Amino acid sequence: MGKLTNEELLKNIQDQFADKVTVLGEPYGLLTLETSRESIIEVLTYLKNTPALQFIYLTDITGIHYPEQEKPIGVIYHLHSLVNNVRVRIKVFLADGDVHIPTATTLWDGANWMERETYDLFGVIFDGHPDLRRILNVDDMTAFPMRKEFPLEDPNRVDKKDYFFGR
Amino acid sequence: MQNHPVYTDNDPQSELSTLNLGPTHPATHGVFQNVLQLDGERIVSGVSTIGYIHRAFEKIAEHRPFYQITPLTDRLNYCSSPINNMGWHMTVEKLLGIETPKRVDYLRIIVMELARIADHIVCNGVLGVDTGAFTGFLYLMEFREAIYEIYEEVCGSRLTTNIGRIGGFERNFNAIAFNKLRKFLVDFPKALKEFESLFTRNRIFIDRTKGVAPVTAETALNYSWSGPLLRAAGVDYDVRAMNPYSSYEDFEFEVPVGDNGDVYNRFLVRNEEMWQSLRLIEQALTKIAKEPSDIFHADVPEFYLPPKEEVYNNMEALIYHFKIVMGEIETPNSEVYHSVEGANGELGFYLVNDGGRSPYRLHFRRPSFINYQMYAPMSSGMLLSDAIINMSSLNVIAGELDA
Repeated sequence: MGKLTNEELLKNIQDQFADKVTVLGEPYGLLTLETSRESIIEVLTYLKNTPALQFIYLTDITGIHYPEQEKPIGVIYHLHSLVNNVRVRIKVFLADGDVHIPTATTLWDGANWMERETYDLFGVIFDGHPDLRRILNVDDMTAFPMRKEFPLEDPNRVDKKDYFFGR
Repeated sequence: MQNHPVYTDNDPQSELSTLNLGPTHPATHGVFQNVLQLDGERIVSGVSTIGYIHRAFEKIAEHRPFYQITPLTDRLNYCSSPINNMGWHMTVEKLLGIETPKRVDYLRIIVMELARIADHIVCNGVLGVDTGAFTGFLYLMEFREAIYEIYEEVCGSRLTTNIGRIGGFERNFNAIAFNKLRKFLVDFPKALKEFESLFTRNRIFIDRTKGVAPVTAETALNYSWSGPLLRAAGVDYDVRAMNPYSSYEDFEFEVPVGDNGDVYNRFLVRNEEMWQSLRLIEQALTKIAKEPSDIFHADVPEFYLPPKEEVYNNMEALIYHFKIVMGEIETPNSEVYHSVEGANGELGFYLVNDGGRSPYRLHFRRPSFINYQMYAPMSSGMLLSDAIINMSSLNVIAGELDA
């Protein structure tokens, strides 16, 4: 276990993709990379199928919203190489109004509901997904509730203002 | 995005019938809806609908300080809340760089392993009920009660425990808790043994479960399964062994694996995990005896609320109390992923912090949500009665499914 260090992993990736992948850091020992939506499937396929890496386990797909960024919507992948016991985090940022990204269901069937959840909460459209519907919220909802502009409480309520609660 | 599947078959020539299994069906143990197309008793296809108890925890968490998120995690997998609580505390501790004393780690292991036993008791007991044997459930349910009584001594509540704080526990374990724990360690193995002899070699039980819903290791990994389900399929992935947290590396335990991932294998894996949990608790008790008995939290006054009597009599304590409650403590601007071995699999917390009082983004990797997505595809071709026990042995908890 632990045969693969982050440096070796990074070298592998950079040899393969050069400047298509940028390093965001290594917070708490977890190598974090950023790539573009054009390369994401290529990167995931490489990580999954290279015998030396074997990131065969898709831990999670989720989203994040930074309203002040030029590309506000992020899609975050967590992969785990069970053989080498190394994790890697990959981020792709998408421009508002063009939140399309290719689906990872071509690589893992387990990506199906994770992508549906990300679509439901952030409105990210996964191109090629077999069944991209809302999963947690009701079908006729129009907003994407995990985006920062979506209020937690009904803004018309007067009895539950945040400042009453020190928030 | 309104491309709904067709629920009813309007072709009058068709022999298929549509069955709504759920959302509230006694055999589903929770709010699960599956619309099944049946050919006689055989399932042709199914569509799962989830989200009936979605409570937007991830959104709420963005508006709560760290210590107020613990009660939200209770309500994920409410059969083993302490594991969720501890997982959350450890995520925050990892973010803040807090080192917990060994005694805290061992106490946490006791509580987490009790929770794992409580969860597996429910799952395996209910699997017995669904295959027509109520007795085993009653044998074991008594001990879930015993576990809840131990929680009660430690934290005051039973189901949604809110147990522990960032840095440790809110109070030390009292003598009654240890006495109840020791009594549990004496009585429970007898009952578990009885339970095993009732089921493991029972012809009827084996006929109902063996070969039902087998899953290969490749399929299980492809669907990102984790926990007892993945191990029953033959992959020895256990977060406790692979990425030890809370000093699991100090302990000796085995990771049971099955071979073909069917319902019977899952049952055996869960039973064996209960024995391993007992082993872990016993080791933890021995190790605790060697640690100073008055330590139950780390020395982190910036995050751990001081006792009330000190708040009234000690200036530093008063200041810290205010700073914690009003959220004036600086936290690192970073992101962290931490996972623990929940009763159903890898329970992950992805926390993105912007240095503020509450998380910028908090995502729960919920094993039930990820495990359950294979249910409808794997049900095709299965008998309806087999699909029921398959759902039972997936042990999907609605709270964790919907967050």
